Amino acid sequence: MSPVLLEVNGVTLQYKTPRHLVTATYQVDFSVHQGDRYVILGPSGCGKSTLLKAVGGFMAPVEGSIRIRGREVAAPGPDRMMVFQEFEQLMPWKTVYQNVIFPMKVTRKFARAEAVERANAAIEKVKLSEFRDIYPHMLSGGMKMRVAIARAMALEPDILLMDEPFAALDALTRRSMQQELLSLWDQLRFTVLFVTHSIEEAILVGSRILVLSPHPGRVRAELDADSFNFSNIDQRKFGAMSKRIHGLLFGDEAHHAAERAHA
Amino acid sequence: MNSARQNTGLREPQRPEFEHELVDSGVIGDIERPLGFGERLLNNETFQRFMILFVLIVVWEAYARWLNNSLLFPSFSETVQTFLHDLGTGVLINRTITSLRTLAIGYAFGLAFAAVFTTLAVASGVGTRILSTLTAMFNPLPAIALLPLALIWFGLGTPSLVFVIIHSVLWAVALNTLIGFRSVPETLRMSGRNVGLKGARYVGLILIPAAFPSILAGLKIGWAFAWRTLVAAELVFGVSARSGGIGWYIFEARNDLDTPTVFSGLLTVILIGLVVESVIFRTIEARTVNLWGMQR
Repeated sequence: MSPVLLEVNGVTLQYKTPRHLVTATYQVDFSVHQGDRYVILGPSGCGKSTLLKAVGGFMAPVEGSIRIRGREVAAPGPDRMMVFQEFEQLMPWKTVYQNVIFPMKVTRKFARAEAVERANAAIEKVKLSEFRDIYPHMLSGGMKMRVAIARAMALEPDILLMDEPFAALDALTRRSMQQELLSLWDQLRFTVLFVTHSIEEAILVGSRILVLSPHPGRVRAELDADSFNFSNIDQRKFGAMSKRIHGLLFGDEAHHAAERAHA
Repeated sequence: MNSARQNTGLREPQRPEFEHELVDSGVIGDIERPLGFGERLLNNETFQRFMILFVLIVVWEAYARWLNNSLLFPSFSETVQTFLHDLGTGVLINRTITSLRTLAIGYAFGLAFAAVFTTLAVASGVGTRILSTLTAMFNPLPAIALLPLALIWFGLGTPSLVFVIIHSVLWAVALNTLIGFRSVPETLRMSGRNVGLKGARYVGLILIPAAFPSILAGLKIGWAFAWRTLVAAELVFGVSARSGGIGWYIFEARNDLDTPTVFSGLLTVILIGLVVESVIFRTIEARTVNLWGMQR
């Protein structure tokens, strides 16, 4: 078995709104291994995005610990590159190429010449070479997302954190982005922690799925989804997996209601 | 076939389905076609601006000729004659340079103070409150109202002018910059912090470019306020030591009831305003916020 990369132990996360103290997750445990496509799945309000932000180092847990390669996560850092749901994550004042090379320049992780090479290679991989010198406002949503992914991957982080990266895309683009992510993973075998609220996306993209319950987020199950992909999306076992997760998320009552509706 | 459909629960389609091979798009002809010269000229912003100016000048000339009183309202041609004459003798150029030098000093100091204030405001909540309170107090205060005080503190001369210019630049720029910083999207901030940016590098590499549309708006307002304040201040206390500015040029001419010269002074003020606005700021805009799609 591949080594453990990220360990989350008994993590409780709370944040303050002007009027309330909200508990987003309660004593969540999980661990991500090297090369995992680890999906955190849950309905809205289960604290999955908050959990990802905590792994990113943007907020500290009130209880429990988050360790990456054994080191405690204390602040944001380029070893955990984040890809956000919003398109605003690209810098509008930089071209595609400048956006991709920016983190490498800032962190000085690579020598100048190597950074240039890596940036070009990353842009090539997400099939945007033609748009290398274009500013983000002229790109479509899917293209912006590809730039964000290329930027994150070029830096070669320990783990890629993706916060519902395809949620704001149209259904067709979303599907092709899922395929691209999987084929990139086939080439590079990076580790990714992926947050989504779509059961289908979780089964397709993930190799492991962590199912969270809402209000506050607690671990409901961890499932293996490595055997599912686009080739068996229409098969019975895919549907069965989907139903199982549905049952875990919404309870058996909702599960039966859904079955009655289908009949 | 019928039985197979019944097995899968599908019914016979009521209308036939069809699929087409796509027609080669070459047949359709040009998908993009360049616009004609006339159409492009009419859409050109500079051309439109010149047309507007031209119309204004024609109206001015016509009215002045109809009035036929150069003491009250000199015509455009008369104004231009005076303007060219004073340009030739070098009077106008000297006056303008004096004004612009003072303006540059005041503007630079104003921006420097604005930078200090906004840095403090970004760094802490208390700083934000200090800046917003000060801005609320001083921004509505006309700079010219501070002039008598400035004259007592700094005496007759450039320091007093610089003081009132700083006052007119500082609050507009600081306020706009702060608003700009505040409206930087959270995602952009996070992607900056994600790569480990902190402190001055974070402000310089993320906040300032992200807030640039607002900052630029502040610079423009600040410039206009400063120019206006300077000319007004020069009109009030005129000359310092040897040389006066463009305001003094206007004031002198008015004392001599030399209205065409007054007009030529006003024309200079307007021309400089136009050049700064539509050449300098327009170029900066075209190369930054327009290029980046942050402003249309």
